[in-house]
Amino acid sequence: MDGSITSDIRALVEPDRVHRKCYTDPEIFALEMQNIHENTWIYVGHESQVKNPGDYYTTLVGRQPMVMVRAKDGKVHVLYNRCPHRGALLCPDRHGNTGQTFKCSYHAWRFNLDGSLLKVPVVEQYEGTRFDLSDKQFHMKPAERTESYRGFVFCKLSHGGPDLKTHLSGAIRAFDDMCDRAPEGEVEVVPTCFRMIQKSNWKIFLENQLDAVHPSITHESSGRAAREVEQDIEKRTGKKAPLSYHYISAFTEPFFRWDTLNTMGFPNGHCTLEGYMGLRPRDPDTLEYEAAMEKHYGKKRAEEILGVNLHHVLVYPCLSVQSPLQQLRAVRPISHDRTLTEIWHFRLKGAPEAIYRRSLDYYYLVNAPSTMINADDLDNFWRCHTGLSSEGGDWVSFHRNAGQDPHKDGVYTSVTGMSELPMRHMMKAWTEYMTQGARR
Amino acid sequence: MTDIKFATAKPNKIQGSATEWAEQLDGAPKPTAKLPPLPVAKVPQELQTAVEQFLYRQAEILDDKHWDEWLELFTADGHYWMPTNEEQTKADGMPNIFWEDLDLMRVRVKRVNHPRAWSQKPPHKHCHVVSNVVIEKHDAASGDILVRSKFHMAEFRRDNVRHFVGKYRHELKKTKDGYRIKLQRVDLVNAEGPFEYVLLTWL
Repeated sequence: MDGSITSDIRALVEPDRVHRKCYTDPEIFALEMQNIHENTWIYVGHESQVKNPGDYYTTLVGRQPMVMVRAKDGKVHVLYNRCPHRGALLCPDRHGNTGQTFKCSYHAWRFNLDGSLLKVPVVEQYEGTRFDLSDKQFHMKPAERTESYRGFVFCKLSHGGPDLKTHLSGAIRAFDDMCDRAPEGEVEVVPTCFRMIQKSNWKIFLENQLDAVHPSITHESSGRAAREVEQDIEKRTGKKAPLSYHYISAFTEPFFRWDTLNTMGFPNGHCTLEGYMGLRPRDPDTLEYEAAMEKHYGKKRAEEILGVNLHHVLVYPCLSVQSPLQQLRAVRPISHDRTLTEIWHFRLKGAPEAIYRRSLDYYYLVNAPSTMINADDLDNFWRCHTGLSSEGGDWVSFHRNAGQDPHKDGVYTSVTGMSELPMRHMMKAWTEYMTQGARR
Repeated sequence: MTDIKFATAKPNKIQGSATEWAEQLDGAPKPTAKLPPLPVAKVPQELQTAVEQFLYRQAEILDDKHWDEWLELFTADGHYWMPTNEEQTKADGMPNIFWEDLDLMRVRVKRVNHPRAWSQKPPHKHCHVVSNVVIEKHDAASGDILVRSKFHMAEFRRDNVRHFVGKYRHELKKTKDGYRIKLQRVDLVNAEGPFEYVLLTWL
């Protein structure tokens, strides 16, 4: 990378404000893909999405079409979804089972589930050429590195750099918290993926996830509506309304409540936001679940796990995880002004059905395509992106509590919950990624 | 440029076909399962018209945003359901695109009517066409109906038009006030696709 681009990038990011070009310039987007998404660890999917040999799931890592597949020996591979012969996609579907081999629709090349080339029809015609069945250039190309942590599969398309665990640093809590909440210590994916297209830059989504100022403003209408119906139900039935109403009515909490939530920033751009929904009611379902937890972990450890108070963990640059409700949103940037999110939820293995229902209710109310919550978030993202594309001003302001972020050993803590620390923190990491260049 | 020496091609007889080659690896294809025929009930024209009129009326209420009337269309235990794919056979305990009882529908109505429902500035407009109305079942004793139909809805919002197309399946209860919806199933043709923005109200 030459010095001039590096200094250009540095000029776009100040400690308390960021130039609009970071969101709206297609050239910066191309550089982000190269230096961030195709360079660092990116979430591909959960191992339980591909239970049996031949099961596959396709997705985008940066601009690269990748396929995650379970091989015969049980190993999960992440490969470029591309035939090395003439370049055809081998799996045009989003998911399925490819049998014992990947098959090319164009010239019938066959690949084993680890991507190695098995057979080519009328192969004798390659005799005396530079083609060789064992030559890796004729095999499906694997991601440079693939690692999984507690079932969550990540890949890295460039060589070098830290291993997955080191890269995740404090964001590893997302997966520990989610899995530890399962009495059996594991989660299983629910095989429905909602996909939403946001007409905005991918960073606008990430910045929103830990923004504790916006919920009571953006979601006021849904919060008030849910609160009114929640009260109606309680008056009508004399019983507490289902917890799911609280997921939405909690958005009406006053500012001071949001301000008590801590946010933290970890190395490589990861951030966390504390929980606010108080998900430990004392109903029989919760008590049954907590008893199952105590049985598996012992009283002390179970209490530690259930006491974890998280709302969002942001795994930079690719994931927003809500571990206490077993939800996950993977960010797949499409262009500078279009972003796809893949939204999943999980079952806690060994937990009662009623506890799964809580995760399902949240998945429905917040993450389904009919959501009354993200309706207003997505609208804001579009408004922001459209406004930032204008020449009405050059800067995005992240001044709230700027210069007040205590930090120690690379870990930043907000002085107040409503601080814009997470945005500053992510853009600091962004600058590092963008100016260090890709490692390939 | 690399200097490449190609061997001289020797003509030889090539064996086999693409089918033979594929089936050697994968075996012969399995026969596809035969689907049962779609049920059709024989009903008098008058009944057919009454059911059609009910479906048209529902679409009109939705298009004109007469929310109080919309809520009254459902039985007290009625549900509006949009599954995530056409193969889905139950809604409860599964992810759905819509799965709403009257209380949840009330939340949605209160929300779109709120002065600070930001994404409703300006409100979206829509228009439905309902057609291909086939009555599947008519219970002579109760008068209850099972009916399938097709819809096409165009939505206009901030200079953008979106189109939604799909199948309806209504379980209608005959009451003294006319038909009421016990269950409305909506199979959107692109239910499994990515959504460009959300579904703000029912389709």
